[in-house]
Amino acid sequence: MSVHAVAIKALEAGPHTPQAVDEFVSSNSFPIVEGPAITIVYRGDVEAVNLKHWVYGLPSSQPLVRMAETDLWHLTLELPTASRVEYKLEVVKDGRGQWSNDPLNPNRARDPFGANSVAHGVGYEAPHWIEHDPTAAPGRIDEIAFDSKVFGRRSFGLYVPARLRLTRKYPLLVVHDGHDYLRYAALGSILDNLMDRLEIPDMIVVLTSSANRLGEYAADERHAQYLADELVPHLERILPLDGTPQGRCLMGASFGAVAALSTAWYRPGFFGKLLLQSGSFAFTDIGDRNHRGPLFDPVVSFMNQLRAQPIAMSERVFVSCGTYESLIYENRSLVPMLQGTNMDVRYVEARDGHNWENWRDRLRDGLSWLFPGPFLLTYE
Amino acid sequence: MSNSRRVVLLGPQRPDFDIGRVLAELGVRGGVAVVTAGWQERESDDAALIAALGAAGMTAVNLKLHARSEEVFREDRELATAWSARQERLRHLQSFYRVRLDKIEDAARTIAVRLADPELLAAEWRVSTAQFRQLDQDHVVRCREIHATFDERWQVGDRPAVKRQLTEIATLLESAAAVVIAGGHVASLLNRMKLFDLAALLDGKHVCGWSAGAMVLADRIVLFHDFPPYGTDIAQVLDGGLGLAPGLVVLPDPARRVRTDAEDGIARFAHRMAPALCVAMDPGAKVVFEDGRLAQATAARLTTEGAYEREWTLP
Repeated sequence: MSVHAVAIKALEAGPHTPQAVDEFVSSNSFPIVEGPAITIVYRGDVEAVNLKHWVYGLPSSQPLVRMAETDLWHLTLELPTASRVEYKLEVVKDGRGQWSNDPLNPNRARDPFGANSVAHGVGYEAPHWIEHDPTAAPGRIDEIAFDSKVFGRRSFGLYVPARLRLTRKYPLLVVHDGHDYLRYAALGSILDNLMDRLEIPDMIVVLTSSANRLGEYAADERHAQYLADELVPHLERILPLDGTPQGRCLMGASFGAVAALSTAWYRPGFFGKLLLQSGSFAFTDIGDRNHRGPLFDPVVSFMNQLRAQPIAMSERVFVSCGTYESLIYENRSLVPMLQGTNMDVRYVEARDGHNWENWRDRLRDGLSWLFPGPFLLTYE
Repeated sequence: MSNSRRVVLLGPQRPDFDIGRVLAELGVRGGVAVVTAGWQERESDDAALIAALGAAGMTAVNLKLHARSEEVFREDRELATAWSARQERLRHLQSFYRVRLDKIEDAARTIAVRLADPELLAAEWRVSTAQFRQLDQDHVVRCREIHATFDERWQVGDRPAVKRQLTEIATLLESAAAVVIAGGHVASLLNRMKLFDLAALLDGKHVCGWSAGAMVLADRIVLFHDFPPYGTDIAQVLDGGLGLAPGLVVLPDPARRVRTDAEDGIARFAHRMAPALCVAMDPGAKVVFEDGRLAQATAARLTTEGAYEREWTLP
């Protein structure tokens, strides 16, 4: 390891007394970030501690080392600038391992499965525009029921901007897993803030969720029918929506990005904008078996068809992916294929993983590029 | 102060309205007409502006062009539909022009890193600049064609709903020695001013505009922002302006919008806009045209050498 973990080395060099360890723990914040070196520390009389993370390319389990004569465990890793890594610790006691968050690290990222500890590499800062801004007028979010011929009764969230005026026409953003985006990616505050700062236009946002997302989002044509033939036309009848392809955008992450891309593919020309985050765009170059399992089979089938005959299904496509995701290869492969259709494509990477805060942090870039707000036209 | 007609461009009116003092210096007394259509639905939130003018001894009346246009569109649905279709066409045109701009920019950057004789690369840079200029010029021409075709087809000024508003506007303007045009949404402001052909009603009156209100007085409106939320962007021409301040590209609020230390970027922009002068206007900046000629300036200027001259003055 070429990185210099000064703090832990200093402790190692001194007397290994409980007082020295107490002093070390109380005088540092954890994990300790020293330039590119990040040191994860655990304290406890246990049999083993392992770091569990989801950084593709590194061993997913790495042992912490116990400092001699102490109950302090530590592991130093090199973390590139501006990295953000989510992790857990596996603590082994009485022969049984249990995963938990890092008790010394207060940073947590929540997701539908609970929460993870978060390590921020040097240079990473949580964006200022994700925080609730009391000066930004909040949009209103309601839960609406909708009777679909395809899926039966469904409900969706409807975000309406604070300054909605019936004399205007608004763009429509359809967000797959929209309720999770609200809960785990601060979507509500982000929309409020970006609209307030004129970085995106006032827009109406539909938040969809599905109990069978892995089925419906995996390029199931019924999902495209539901959105493009039923829900969006219905909303365009009852709301002051723009109603042009340029005014319709599909957004999603992971399988939600597959749902967005495949819906646009099934209904080319209907959605003028796509925002695809860490899409599960699995494909094969030969045969139809993929290493990700049967859930991905319909995705592979769709992606292979698209790759064989790419079409300009939309106008502008924003793609983002974390470099620490296993899906980075698939997303990097997608971009030149989309560009080859002459759609306007923008691709952004970040040193992050397959998680909600990665998707949150890219929203300003993606939304403001797809929907440039009136900031460019407003000179007060 | 002579009696000649003045057109005054100002930077943002921050932190307080300075417009009353500026008009007083022009010798304006009594009635002043105000255009706040760039504020869109907030058009009537004009109390502070009216009070500032009142404090300088002037009686101000808001022409309320935004509200009037909404009334016209409510009354004349046929015109509203046609107007909306024209705006949609202009938006498409703008986006196609943007695509072309990006391609010229890409080509210029690709050529700039080729391993070739620097003299040849400098000549290529001039070719790229010429392409930008041609594209900008063509864009304004195409916008004007759309406006002309529309005007020819719809004879907007003769339509009863518009005519009624024009009569009221003309009455309000009768007692106004000057017209003040506030900043705001520049496309919306231009759009409303064109609907009522305000340029034709300004004859003989002093005109004073700030920020977007100054931009619409130039012969070309150039949108710019070196710090957009999505990273970088390239300046673009929106449309032709009213032409009361010819030969000028007006860049309001440069402190927030212009990378003033980017010599290459400034040089490229100034060359692209030449022979027009690129004038950056922070709060306190002022440019005065007298009978159509540039007479005075206290502003910043972007030069073809790449300099950002913070204290450019005329004469």
